[in-house]
Amino acid sequence: MNIVIVGHVDHGKSTVIGRLLADTGSLPQGKLESVKRDCERNAKPFEYAFLLDALKDEQAQGITIDSARCFFKSALREYIIIDAPGHIEFLKNMISGAARAEAALLVIDAKEGIRENSKRHGYLLSMLGIRQVAVCVNKMDLVDYSEKVFNGIEAEYREFLKQIGLKPRAFIPIAAREGENMTGPSDKLSWYKGPSILGMLDTFEKAKKLDEQAFRMPVQAVYKFTESGDDRRIVAGKVESGKISVGDQVVFFPSNKKSEIKSIEQFNAPVAVHAEAGYSTGFTLKEQIYINRGDIMCKAGEPHPSVSSLLKVEVFWMGKNPMVFDKEYKLKLGTAKIPVYLKEILKNIDASDLKQSEKKMIERHEVAECVLETSSPVAFDPASDIEATGRFVIVDQYDIAGGGIVVEMLRDDQSEIREQVILREEKWDYSIVDSLERQKKYGHKPKLILLTGKVGVDKKSIAKELEKLLFESGAKTYFLGIGNLLRGLDADVERQKTARHEHVRRLGEVSHLMMDAGLLVLATASNLNDEELRLLQEITSRDMILIVNVGTNDFRQGIVDLNLDSAHAIQDNVRKVLGLMESSGVFLRS
Amino acid sequence: MNHLDKLESQSVYIFREAYASFKSLAMLWSIGKDSTVLLWLARKAFLGHVPFPLVHIDTSYKMPEMIQYRDALALEWGLNMVYGQNAEALAQKQTFPDGAIDRVSCCKALKSEALRNTLSGKWPRYRMDHNLKKYVPDTNLEPYTGVIVGVRADEEGSRSKERYFSPRDKRNDWDVGDQPPELWNQFKTDFAPGTHIRIHPLLDWTELDIWEYIDREGIPITDLYFDRGEGKRYRSLGCYPCTFPVESKARNIKEIIQELKTGKFKNIAERAGRAQDKEDGGGLETLRRGGYM
Repeated sequence: MNIVIVGHVDHGKSTVIGRLLADTGSLPQGKLESVKRDCERNAKPFEYAFLLDALKDEQAQGITIDSARCFFKSALREYIIIDAPGHIEFLKNMISGAARAEAALLVIDAKEGIRENSKRHGYLLSMLGIRQVAVCVNKMDLVDYSEKVFNGIEAEYREFLKQIGLKPRAFIPIAAREGENMTGPSDKLSWYKGPSILGMLDTFEKAKKLDEQAFRMPVQAVYKFTESGDDRRIVAGKVESGKISVGDQVVFFPSNKKSEIKSIEQFNAPVAVHAEAGYSTGFTLKEQIYINRGDIMCKAGEPHPSVSSLLKVEVFWMGKNPMVFDKEYKLKLGTAKIPVYLKEILKNIDASDLKQSEKKMIERHEVAECVLETSSPVAFDPASDIEATGRFVIVDQYDIAGGGIVVEMLRDDQSEIREQVILREEKWDYSIVDSLERQKKYGHKPKLILLTGKVGVDKKSIAKELEKLLFESGAKTYFLGIGNLLRGLDADVERQKTARHEHVRRLGEVSHLMMDAGLLVLATASNLNDEELRLLQEITSRDMILIVNVGTNDFRQGIVDLNLDSAHAIQDNVRKVLGLMESSGVFLRS
Repeated sequence: MNHLDKLESQSVYIFREAYASFKSLAMLWSIGKDSTVLLWLARKAFLGHVPFPLVHIDTSYKMPEMIQYRDALALEWGLNMVYGQNAEALAQKQTFPDGAIDRVSCCKALKSEALRNTLSGKWPRYRMDHNLKKYVPDTNLEPYTGVIVGVRADEEGSRSKERYFSPRDKRNDWDVGDQPPELWNQFKTDFAPGTHIRIHPLLDWTELDIWEYIDREGIPITDLYFDRGEGKRYRSLGCYPCTFPVESKARNIKEIIQELKTGKFKNIAERAGRAQDKEDGGGLETLRRGGYM
């Protein structure tokens, strides 16, 4: 079990651990003596903390700089104790240490009382998802083991924890340096009837039952080691929650693709038919669908994750530069990594006193409730439902600069259509012709090549010439002008601006059917805008569509796959689109 | 899920994140028990395959059994085996004890420097040709940007402070005072040109975990770890001038586990037999800041 020790600088965290290691006989032979000898030689008093502060700088400055792992065993079980630094300068190291823990001891100096990092660390523990926290009031020797002092600190800190919704397991008075109440009851603290530190550690429980939650596995990769003579196509990842069996139907989010578990693949292990939370494993699927790293594999019929480009979150910032508006960051959630922007700050919170303010940025060591907008929809869960798919980090350039948890999903412009599509896919009745088999026969993947641009720019000629070229080379292809829908499929829809959404939606659904039939669809539609393109992406799924703009490009950066000059010869433009299709892997090599 | 299952799962996860994040990935294989467990975990992660080169820094002072074992396993498992070394220092005898040089300086030259220049592709690399069954000069001299290393946090103080994904700057240096945050299962996978990331899948394993896993999985291990009748065995492998066997009659894996759990080595640090750690009061930290594993 992983336990982190946190608290304000100099309140004695390293001493607590050093003493614990020494008193339980967990130190390597000779270590205590050699540290004592070093102290004598350098004429400085021996401290138990020296057993842990291993770096030269740490010993020189007498502070812990970075979290250390100590291995230690009680009569009950094995522990990794993580010693986190208490100095504000090293907050990111404290957070790195605490994020690995299942439970925490928070140390408060009896003489100095509650300080800002006592509170800040408490707040961060709660945000990091650590619910098992015991508070140790240390250095009781400096206050004559006074019950009154202890009770005062307990009352004040309990009140603070209440405000942040954290229920402590216990308050424990100790004197770590003197070894009082560390591994057993202390005579000097006879008024105290609760557990010692060691006793407390053994009462912490293992992480909650993750396999009882809905199944989630963020896809790390799809492996195929054909060169080594292995033809298995293996979807690899770690099951973060729930369980799954061979034969179960699975759905991938945000792409909505469906399949069935064919087998569970492992190396040097007996054949398995179930996989459950905690295991890194691999699956083969019955239906060979195209999925990406970053997708979350879920079990059909269970509550599905949220999908949106708007997330209400709680963020803590560790970056040297503050988090600001109008700057692109990267969001890493599960195994997905996508561009993200800070859209709105709801409130800034000083974690050391819970004071709120409203600022135009999130500064270092600050916590904020805010709204993030991703460049494309992402799948996630609120952290209160499933932790692993509800937490994330934010990367600024090369560095992890922020971390946080998802509070809730916010609806974006496409939420309604997305829900329709999820339902459509859930109820989709598949033919027994495997889509990959179909691709193999046709020699290409299905794809929507959408040509758009201003009215009057000739898109149709390019689309039709390309269709002819593809047809003659044996591809299954079809030209679909949006005008061909207007008086037929769309005859019931008014032809005015307010109805555009419905026209585009129907173009998307028709294209989707045609792609399900395996076709290369060459569609044209004038004057589409960013939102309409997003709508089409939602309906057909993002990786099924190539967007070609002809003439002036007014689209948001990055949305158009190819821009054509309307003044160029049609054949030149046809060749360019063909080039895009080739580089996008539309054509299968035979 | 037992203790070893958890450790295995986390290591496999780290391997797969590394493989997804780094185009030019390599793993250091020192032939010792830890990096052989590491190799086994790579095969777990990639379902029997090892889809990146294994790099060995050959100081030429390794015990001969180690090299034999390395090449036998490389051929048997079809590994992409690569080695590099500091040819200049070896030619000029800037080595301990036969050159006028101390242990830490020898380590710096034969290991840290050789490692830096092999990883960057500045010095020649030699690759196992599986048809010829011998080493040939490697034509791929692209720098490795992700390097998987089998260090454990319980080995020594500076290693107890490591991250799973730990950046090294252009000079291969480790800035221990300013390490990146590492939250949950999100690691530092972005890096500036010219820098690289060390990846540590074994950080949470102890020496005892390693042996119990070797036992459970049936991982082949060099017999230098066992008493072969002289009442001595190696507990940790390295160069012969600086690595000393320990007094022990453990002849197999089960006896080693027994010895670590309840016997004479219960509370004795593993690297106690490594002489370079003891110099200058923080020998390994000094070495590691300068690029040592």
